[in-house]
Amino acid sequence: MSNTHQYDAIIVGGGHNGLVNGAYLAKAGLRTLILERRHLVGGAAITEELHPGFSFTTFSYGLSLIRPEIIQELELVRHGFMPLLMNSTFAPMENGDYLLLGQDRDANIREISRHSKADADAMDRYEFDISRVQQFIKPLFDSMPPDIFGSSPQDREDVAGLLAHLGKADKKVVHDAVRLITGSAADFLDDYFESDIVKGLIASSGIIGTKVGPMSQGSGLVLLFMSMGEHDGIMGSWSFHKGGNGGFTQVLARAAESYGAEIRLDAPVSHVMVSGGRATGVALTDGTEFTAPVVVSSLDPRRTFLQLVDPRELPTDLVENIERFRFQGTASKVNFALDGAPHFPALPGRTDQYQGFVNIGPSIEYLERAFDPAKYGWYSDKPYIDACIQSFIDPDMAPAGKHVMSCFVMYTPYELKGSDWDTERQNLGDTVQRHLDSYFPGFSDLVVHREVVTPLDIERVTGLSEGNIYAGEFLAPQMYFFRPAPGWSQYRTPIEGYYQCGSGTHPGGCVVGAPGRLASQQVLKDVRGPRS
Amino acid sequence: MIRTTPFHPRLAELSQTGLWGHWAGYLSAVRYDFSAKHEYFGVRNAAAFFDASPLYKYWIRGRDAERFLGGVMARDIRNCRPGRAQYTVWCDDAGYVLEDGVLFRHTADEFLLTSAEPNLSYFKSLIGSLQVEITDASEDYGILAVQGPRSRVIVEQLAPEIAALSYFGFTPAKIAGHPVTISRTGFSGDLGYEILVEAADALEVLDAVMAAGEGHGLRPFGEQALSMVRIEAGLPLIGVEFSSSRFAYNDEERVTATELGLGWLLKNIDDDTRPFIGRRAILRELAEKSSRWSTVGLMLDWKAYNDLYVNAGLIPHMDEIPVPWETMLYDDKGARAGYATSLMYSPQMQRYIAIARVKPELAKVGGVVHVEQTVNHEYLTVPAEIVRLPFFNPERKLA
Ligand SMILES: Cc1cc2nc3c(=O)[nH]c(=O)nc-3n(C[C@H](O)[C@H](O)[C@H](O)COP(=O)(O)OP(=O)(O)OC[C@H]3O[C@@H](n4cnc5c(N)ncnc54)[C@H](O)[C@@H]3O)c2cc1C
Repeated sequence: MSNTHQYDAIIVGGGHNGLVNGAYLAKAGLRTLILERRHLVGGAAITEELHPGFSFTTFSYGLSLIRPEIIQELELVRHGFMPLLMNSTFAPMENGDYLLLGQDRDANIREISRHSKADADAMDRYEFDISRVQQFIKPLFDSMPPDIFGSSPQDREDVAGLLAHLGKADKKVVHDAVRLITGSAADFLDDYFESDIVKGLIASSGIIGTKVGPMSQGSGLVLLFMSMGEHDGIMGSWSFHKGGNGGFTQVLARAAESYGAEIRLDAPVSHVMVSGGRATGVALTDGTEFTAPVVVSSLDPRRTFLQLVDPRELPTDLVENIERFRFQGTASKVNFALDGAPHFPALPGRTDQYQGFVNIGPSIEYLERAFDPAKYGWYSDKPYIDACIQSFIDPDMAPAGKHVMSCFVMYTPYELKGSDWDTERQNLGDTVQRHLDSYFPGFSDLVVHREVVTPLDIERVTGLSEGNIYAGEFLAPQMYFFRPAPGWSQYRTPIEGYYQCGSGTHPGGCVVGAPGRLASQQVLKDVRGPRS
Repeated sequence: MIRTTPFHPRLAELSQTGLWGHWAGYLSAVRYDFSAKHEYFGVRNAAAFFDASPLYKYWIRGRDAERFLGGVMARDIRNCRPGRAQYTVWCDDAGYVLEDGVLFRHTADEFLLTSAEPNLSYFKSLIGSLQVEITDASEDYGILAVQGPRSRVIVEQLAPEIAALSYFGFTPAKIAGHPVTISRTGFSGDLGYEILVEAADALEVLDAVMAAGEGHGLRPFGEQALSMVRIEAGLPLIGVEFSSSRFAYNDEERVTATELGLGWLLKNIDDDTRPFIGRRAILRELAEKSSRWSTVGLMLDWKAYNDLYVNAGLIPHMDEIPVPWETMLYDDKGARAGYATSLMYSPQMQRYIAIARVKPELAKVGGVVHVEQTVNHEYLTVPAEIVRLPFFNPERKLA
């Protein structure tokens, strides 16, 4: 075999985490190869011209959680990083009214007062309290979880560090954090707000991508996770990357290549080669082999532990934990190419409400009822929709005067009872379109192209098991030092030289990059020895 | 009563904020949208228009117009061909900058100057025996700056002739049947055009521009977004980076063109055929290397900036609205190194950036100075790297 197939590190998967990981390893001087199964990098963060002139964010669409450290350390601005401000958040209501929030605090307060005078000052209190929890969680979010089961001096030091962090924190802040992590979004929001539309809008963040309703315990955790992002220092705020999230992963690819990482497309990995309990490289499905002492999987835990390697090489308890790891994807996308701007009767002739998220989730009850069918294996007939018409912010996404509209839709459970997604795909599209028609009369007449992406499609295209957008559910027993399994939250695996860096590791899914970054730190520590 | 510009009736309809400042005696929008950053992204990612009508405008005409301007302006006007514009400064005898402006050469002996402050009597006092006539046309025209990557496709729909314009070129054209002058100029450091239109035609021209901008993300932008883009472009602003030497009480308040980072305007000034006000002092400054300052860009260390806040238990604050005061700079030993004249968080650069004046010996690209910040009521410093200006210089600006 020629030495052109020899590397210092091979990364399986060119999603954003694989790219981040590869960029850091290459920057550190490792001869790095990133192998991507598809014809483009980005994984669940891609932009595709599915209809001439219309750029679709097929899967993920908003940017917030990407770690500021990554933007700076990988010099992403040099490669075209450009998060565009989302100027508004629009929440239409079933009665034709709406809540429209923008960039002016005081104007927002007045707008909220239209719906509830009491909620006007509650918003500041809520946002302040959440910001203190964010402050408290952030250091944990951005560092490797301690191995509480380990016994090395380092492990003890890490655990002591965690306890010290807890010990320093304010009582209320810790309590709020625990209430969020273990409780429901609905309970938490009830402490502050009375109006349905305000609660519905905020609680929507508590269900994203997860098989919980806003009244379910666990939705608080998702709410908290979603608020851990920031845009230009404003905690919890979102942006659209120039050219969509696919524009962002192209930036990452350029950064990785600028540090010398090699990216191979159309290169599906069949398995990781292991010899004597040590990873030695990978083999592609066509038999091509690449060798490296370090192999990093950015795939989800099921693929990382049960498919890329032989589970018999792994401890039984780990295999059992991964087998019971919950994926149960419940989110879909319906993307539209539109001939013009949707019409909202209460705001005739206006389009400024479309400069950010359009959140169809007008109350907690609405969201919870949308969840109900999912428990029994069916999808919502009045779904939760997080829509955005990116072309209002980034005109390069569609021809002038036309628009692309991305709709993130829940709940659509991966496993349907009595049918399957190949059968239901267009029915789901029709349901969503019908529902949009009820808020935006004449919506269907604007549709020039429609693309329905079910959990099954997410799984088929990106490889995310069961279409779970986070590479594994955000449930407390699957987070932090349990992600993806107790004892294996530090990006290593039982196979020496084999690492994990995907969204199934801490802190988790979304376009965060932290798994890729933290995993690179672990790899480099191991490669260079404990001194560095 | 404060005046309004010829575009004002429409702009007032577009203003969601009702926030107006006063600029040169006119109402001027601080921002139209709740967010200046939204307007800023209009310039950086789509297109946006700014009402620059309050600028003073002077026609300088006559057989000796070129000679006159050659003697007043520090930058050589002689190689500016008709149909081209030139950014320039004028200085006092001691070589200190009085003001800056843009000269548009319409014909061999006809120029239009735009400037931020009135200058008629000063210029007139310099005519002497030359054959020059200077007329104040400030109120005759509106100026609409259309800036951003989409500005070309928008303006081109109305005036195809602009396709051929190079940076700082201009052309007569017609928009909505009205005569206009369109120049490829602006204060954004981006691709952009400025439309000079007779006051009476201004509204119809604006309406035509807005119609052409439909579907292109065109939006108005106000003074805040303008300051953001001009800082990224490294362009000095009177009243911020400098003030007129004529009204300075001491030399600390004065700067030379070289100190202001405008040394590039002074090409060929050792050519003796063009004596101009301040030339001898400038030649002396250059020969003796006596400039007191160098104008540089600063990029603040993001981590140190963050840590300043995080260590104080605060959430790092990133404000894209430029701070309206000078910020002190120190060297590694804590000695005074200079001062930042403009400081802001740049959404494009994802860093705090500053236009700063540092001692010439410190002005090395890659060097570090320490920027004063107030956190928890305490003066602390953040290291910043010295970089070349402009911070942002997209290919499309010249392409
Ligand atoms: C519909 C949807 C909407 C979402 N919306 C948002 C959003 O708006 N904002 C947000 O922050 N997050 C969002 N997310 C979540 C976020 O996009 C994902 O969590 C994140 O992109 C996952 O990144 P990753 O690098 O860990 O994995 P992936 O992106 O899944 O990358 C894994 C890569 O590995 C490749 N691969 C798979 N198998 C192999 C193999 N055998 N050999 C080689 N390569 C292989 C895949 O093709 C893929 O490119 C969304 C996700 C989905 C599905």
